[in-house]
Amino acid sequence: MITERGILDLPSRNRELGLIGLAVLITTAGFAAVQLARAQEFSSSPLVAALLFAVAYFVAHAVVRVALPDADPYVLPITAVLTAIGLIEIYRISPQLARDQGIWMLLGLALFVGVVIAFRDIRRLEELKYTCGALAVVLLVLTITLGASVNGARLWIRIGGLQIQPGEFAKILLVIFLAGYLRERREVLAAPTRRILGVGIPALRHALPLLLLCGISLVLLVAMNDLGTSLLFYVIALSMIYIATGRLLYVGAGLGIFALGALGAVQLTSHVQSRIEGWLDPWAVEQTSGYQIAQSIYTIADGGVLGAGFGRGLILNSGGSTIIPFAQTDFIYSVIANEMGLVGAIAVVLLYLLLAWRGFRIATTADDGFSKLLAAGLATAVAFQVFVIVGGVIRLLPLTGLTLPFVSYGGSSVTANFAIAGLLLCISQRANRERPL
Amino acid sequence: MNRRISNLFVVTTIALLALIGMTTYWQVWARGSLEARQANVRMVYRDLAIDRGSIATADGIVLAESKPGKLDGRTVYTRTYPEGGLAAQLVGYSNLLAGRSGLERSLDPELSGSTGDLAGIQNAFDRMKGDTVRGDDVILRLSAAGQQAAMDELERLHARGSVVVMDPSTGGLLVMASTPTYNPNTGLEQALSDPASPLLNRATQGLYPPGSTFKVVTAASALDNEAVTVDQQFPGPACIQTGGQDLCNFRNHAYGPHDFGYALVHSINTTFAKVGLTLGQEKLEATMKDFGFFKRFPWDYPPEQTLPSGIFNRRGNLVPFDTPVDVARLAIGQERLLATPLQMAEVAVAVANGGQIVAPQPVQEVRAPDGSVVRRPQPVYLGRAMTTETAATLRQLMKDVVDDGTGTAANVAGLDVAGKTGTAETGRDGKNDAWFIGFAPAEAPRYAFAVLVENTDGTGGDIAAPIAASVLRALTEPAS
Repeated sequence: MITERGILDLPSRNRELGLIGLAVLITTAGFAAVQLARAQEFSSSPLVAALLFAVAYFVAHAVVRVALPDADPYVLPITAVLTAIGLIEIYRISPQLARDQGIWMLLGLALFVGVVIAFRDIRRLEELKYTCGALAVVLLVLTITLGASVNGARLWIRIGGLQIQPGEFAKILLVIFLAGYLRERREVLAAPTRRILGVGIPALRHALPLLLLCGISLVLLVAMNDLGTSLLFYVIALSMIYIATGRLLYVGAGLGIFALGALGAVQLTSHVQSRIEGWLDPWAVEQTSGYQIAQSIYTIADGGVLGAGFGRGLILNSGGSTIIPFAQTDFIYSVIANEMGLVGAIAVVLLYLLLAWRGFRIATTADDGFSKLLAAGLATAVAFQVFVIVGGVIRLLPLTGLTLPFVSYGGSSVTANFAIAGLLLCISQRANRERPL
Repeated sequence: MNRRISNLFVVTTIALLALIGMTTYWQVWARGSLEARQANVRMVYRDLAIDRGSIATADGIVLAESKPGKLDGRTVYTRTYPEGGLAAQLVGYSNLLAGRSGLERSLDPELSGSTGDLAGIQNAFDRMKGDTVRGDDVILRLSAAGQQAAMDELERLHARGSVVVMDPSTGGLLVMASTPTYNPNTGLEQALSDPASPLLNRATQGLYPPGSTFKVVTAASALDNEAVTVDQQFPGPACIQTGGQDLCNFRNHAYGPHDFGYALVHSINTTFAKVGLTLGQEKLEATMKDFGFFKRFPWDYPPEQTLPSGIFNRRGNLVPFDTPVDVARLAIGQERLLATPLQMAEVAVAVANGGQIVAPQPVQEVRAPDGSVVRRPQPVYLGRAMTTETAATLRQLMKDVVDDGTGTAANVAGLDVAGKTGTAETGRDGKNDAWFIGFAPAEAPRYAFAVLVENTDGTGGDIAAPIAASVLRALTEPAS
């Protein structure tokens, strides 16, 4: 197709390039603002970092231009703005952490490029569905067996000096498996073979892998001691089953089983219990289990409508550590709401809504079941993760340890999310090839 | 499938909009109530951004200042008190956890630059921008030398007590000492729970039976109301009967026939009891009111730290004027009469100042950060407690007290001291509250004072009068 149209004559790609340019401007301005606000403390030039950011994104864009000329033009710029906001706020917390995050971003973009090249034809991925499913299970089993407990939840494994959160990658592998599996079996799952009490039930041998999945999620919940990750996996699976079969009954039954399991977990584990306690009335336990959430809300409220400004909020205490523990990972949204205000916080949530919209749009325009399920599943994964972690830090939901995609500090999270972006672009290339934007 | 994907997008949109709704709630609606929460340390940090003005004595000793430090890239200030416990109760504290007290509290608008005038409004904008706000500096009338002497004397006796010295013509507060003291830099938390109550400003919050020092008030009232004349003659029995009980002289001493003046100089209870009965409760209490009893002195200090003096019932509440009391006992400073050292210093001010009383004035001037004078308080006269003639009479009698009466220990070489002793029995193990009030130099007074030592074996003349002498010496000596 490149032979038919010049490489510079691609409306989608030119739009993407322009938007990435905008994101680069935001990054440069943000870094400069933090540097100005905190000039007496840092010496390294933020412009170098901004330049590196720009080069990395322009390279990623160039690869997309060649490999996926008709892909969605908005996904990559949205990730650029989100990553930039994350980098700026992490830089503001600690230049050292920002340097690490910069490296994760480069690795993430490298993975993005790898995905784009490897799965230019997304159907190749469908053949790997059982491999992906098996790999997901292996990763999760590894997490449970070798996992180290951080902050009460068992989500991490240590390899050498590196801490890896396999759940972030297992999540993607699970979506790939489900997309492949459900496309294959959706007819038999949707059409019940028997009726019990007037309710249609599919054949056990078709439903078994799904029931197994439910079981695994619940086991994960107890084993990882984390409500958030298991809920995320569960909701992704239920959403994809709903799209594949259109049967709300499965969704309802699945949620019911999960709710019972969650209730049991609350009774059994003190970690989940204290999280619930801190959610219901953080002010009563402000110095203990409600501390993080109370500090998070104070930090958010302090930002007001317009925010304190990049680098001008009160985030660190006199010892130089963050007032809210884990501000750079779980509570990055609180820091954003403080320094960028309500305006900035709304902008960030709308960026995710925009990203989800592109994901679901790619799903609707795609012409094969696997692509549709995969795109919708990935969009759900990102959007629901945002809902759970942001809901946690603003006390809409009990707090759970999830990362804010592209924004939170963390190598696993950043690289995994760039893989999601790569997959979405691959799907949209195939979808748009026949019907260009 | 597309219809279901659209449905899922609708659910996603609702979920993400819920996040926006909740964030808006915290940042817009709940913001004010969250800021008001005690546990919200962010507000405390906001206060830290203020470069609070310093507090210094008239002789240039800094009592409180703000030291800059760093917090999350911004400059913050911590309050330090270079002289430690020297005037800890008067100056008070400005503390993140304990709040504010003393002058730190009453002068807070000026010290923190949050006054209602144009400069205060400018500062409010600076605060919103996150810029450092610089408060005004305060220079007190306090004499560090006199304050140090008072603290040294009280601490030498390991006594709980207080010394107040005022300039009688302007009300300028030259000394306000209270022991035990504490170090506001390091000892505040401990002081809060110390049973010896080092945080209590005994000069303004300590209530003690004034004993014979109150005879100055009785004498002023009796002379002004012509219930007695100075040379009126009285017999000198050791005890008289009043209210069905014996009322006796100190150590049951009997005197020969004497005039009223002699009774004041030698503090003869029986004579003053008789004069009190002649005078009557109504007239005596009217005079007390003129001296400032029964209400808080209006001055630059937190009202809750300035207790009114007067007659208290058994539950410790101030009784109304017309409540019947044994006026014979009231006339000699008993009958549940309690007074603060500040009140008794005001009694001395009245005599020294020709009958006029004047409000205590701790502040000499308030200076803006650029050094210009913002405020230089003028004396606040609170009315006349006695006629000029009566004041002149009492001035001579009080000089006699120091020359050859109960207060000879207050003598200072080269300085005519006038005064009145008081030894109030506490009713516990023969212990007394020892008083000495007075002024110097007798003819043109520059210092009017009250000294109180709690719970001591000695008398006002033995214990309190020498402290007054030391403080007066320190005040009159040229700075070394």
